[in-house]
Amino acid sequence: MPGSSIPSTVIDGLKDKFPAIEVSENLTITVPEAELLSFMRELRDNPDYDFNFLTNLTAVDYPDNFTVIYNLVSFKYGYTLMAKVNLGKDEPAVSSLTSLWGSADWQEREVYDLFGIIFTGRHNLTRILLEDGFAGYPLRKDFQWVGGRE
Amino acid sequence: MDVTREQHPIEKMTNDSSLIQQVKRVIHLAPLEKIFNLARGYSLWPLGFGLACCAIEGLMATNAPRFDLSRFGYEVLRSSPRQADVMLVAGTITNKMAPYVVRLYEQMPEPKWVIAMGSCAISGGPFVDSYYVVPGADKLIPVDVYVPGCSPRPDAVLHAFMMLRDKVQGKVVLENAR
Amino acid sequence: MLRTEEITLNMGPQHPSTHGVFHVVLKMDHEVITEARPICGYLHRGIEKLAEARTYTQFIPYTDRLDYLAAMLNNTGYVQAVEKLMEIEVPERAEYIRVICCELSRIASHLIAVGTYSVDIGGITGFMYCLRDRERIMDLFEMVCGSRLTLSYMRIGGVAEDLPDEFIPALCQFLDEMPSRLDEYDGLITGNEIFQARTKHVGLLDPGVAINYGISGPNLRASGVFWDLRKNRPYSVYDRFDFEVPLGKRGDCFDRFTCRIKEMRQSLKIIRQAVEQLPEGPVMAKVPKVLKPPAGDVYHEIEGAKGILGYYVVSDGSNKPYRIHVRRPSFINLGFLNELCKGWKIADVVAILGSLDIVLGEVDC
Repeated sequence: MPGSSIPSTVIDGLKDKFPAIEVSENLTITVPEAELLSFMRELRDNPDYDFNFLTNLTAVDYPDNFTVIYNLVSFKYGYTLMAKVNLGKDEPAVSSLTSLWGSADWQEREVYDLFGIIFTGRHNLTRILLEDGFAGYPLRKDFQWVGGRE
Repeated sequence: MDVTREQHPIEKMTNDSSLIQQVKRVIHLAPLEKIFNLARGYSLWPLGFGLACCAIEGLMATNAPRFDLSRFGYEVLRSSPRQADVMLVAGTITNKMAPYVVRLYEQMPEPKWVIAMGSCAISGGPFVDSYYVVPGADKLIPVDVYVPGCSPRPDAVLHAFMMLRDKVQGKVVLENAR
Repeated sequence: MLRTEEITLNMGPQHPSTHGVFHVVLKMDHEVITEARPICGYLHRGIEKLAEARTYTQFIPYTDRLDYLAAMLNNTGYVQAVEKLMEIEVPERAEYIRVICCELSRIASHLIAVGTYSVDIGGITGFMYCLRDRERIMDLFEMVCGSRLTLSYMRIGGVAEDLPDEFIPALCQFLDEMPSRLDEYDGLITGNEIFQARTKHVGLLDPGVAINYGISGPNLRASGVFWDLRKNRPYSVYDRFDFEVPLGKRGDCFDRFTCRIKEMRQSLKIIRQAVEQLPEGPVMAKVPKVLKPPAGDVYHEIEGAKGILGYYVVSDGSNKPYRIHVRRPSFINLGFLNELCKGWKIADVVAILGSLDIVLGEVDC
């Protein structure tokens, strides 16, 4: 039965290649924004990890920063990996991963739609769920709206 | 022969009470509109238009063998609003969908009726405090029958259709409901 | 050289074959699709935002309304994610009840998929047969939780109530009769010549591309990729059951359809084993009345009816979730629709879209 968590030897190898990454206790990797694309390309293309499936891409609005979360799966080894990128509160922008995984396309558009995080290096970054003229980004914590019970 | 509202013409022709009863049973005299409504009430054509969860119960399960909407003559689901006369608003109406709901309603030919099915179509339901939900179909279009529940059982939808039939035929709906 | 003109055609948002409020803008060169631009969001209710104003338990009913065809699976995914965050051990009996209910939900969802696909292709009888059998599952659900569609049966730490006495005999009867019903579908729909002509070799999905686009569930397995979380990364008690994962060969609409029928047979097999092994005991773990998970985040995936269903839950230590994100399989499966439709005829669009088995509550969230 394939294991679910990525072995620590692999993590150590990654640390050697990308000294800037931080690994937390539960093996969540925090990547600096500048290295995201090369880090992810390494994860996808290196046959030792072979993370071929970007399963989930989402974001969280923390009080101090935005965090974009990537969940990767390797079908070959059964590894799962959670990677995070912290972004500043003002005009958050991060490299797009559509060149690596097709599944990033709609999920990035969803994050852009609901959080207003810009994904650079891709085309067709438009609202996907809300209509084009919608004001604001609803999943931000400071979003105000009219509505509710009368 | 003069025809009045009070007296059926057969009563002038014969005194045989059983004959009068039989003829009165099959031959109704009423304004043409009332005759039309009698027919309309028995052959409502719903618009095949599902919004959310309630569409599964209200359109699919109700049409399926167990509940069998066609017993009442209402199974002719039309995909085009121009051929339909009942709109079953089955589900949450969002801000993005609202213009289309209104447009579909306006495309339906008169006379037309609306059944608001489920708590979302009545008042917004569990999503009422959302930023993107219209709190009730009656904010957009006039509603004739409300079916409470989340989601209502198909039986409740059948009852709604029967209440609508009574309304169309001009019967006193509230008396019957009591 | 014949001069042709590009035609734009709107399919939806009100269209009987989109299974809800979904909009595809088709650009066509005569009958051949050159672009199919999907527009979704007509059912966007902002569930993820509403979650931030609800307690952990209050969010369970909202999961029902995501994929309302397989509500039990959505419940399970969410409660398991919170249990993982709080490190709650679920009693064994509750795990088995969950498996039984989840697999019933999977069958109910696949029945709708099979039935509506039959309508899409043009045969309404198949729909009637499928809905007839689905009613029996609805009856079983009504026995366990009193509701037909929106069930909210799962609780954080177990299930709401133990199974009633009449449930197991009714379930066993259902299990006995269902295989012959599936044979009926095979005879009525799968074996139909017109059905095969409309679906075989249509809408081919290459396995490598499917993985790259994050497509999961029966759609992925129909392309021949063995990836079923119940086998590959067993959660709950799925490692104790003996079942197979049906795979397709070509990855066309027909394979996606037959995969679902085969999966129903496997689900019946799982339920039968779960009923045989069903232990006695409590159905609810000891959990506090007010749930306050420790600060942190968790991502948990289960194999839903439409594909991989994931819940990402962030807690800040209070009794309300800081953020909940749902990885909705239908949404991600739709991402490839444009490429999948390109080059096919307009009549095939309905066949392709139907074979993906989307549910709009889940796409739009």
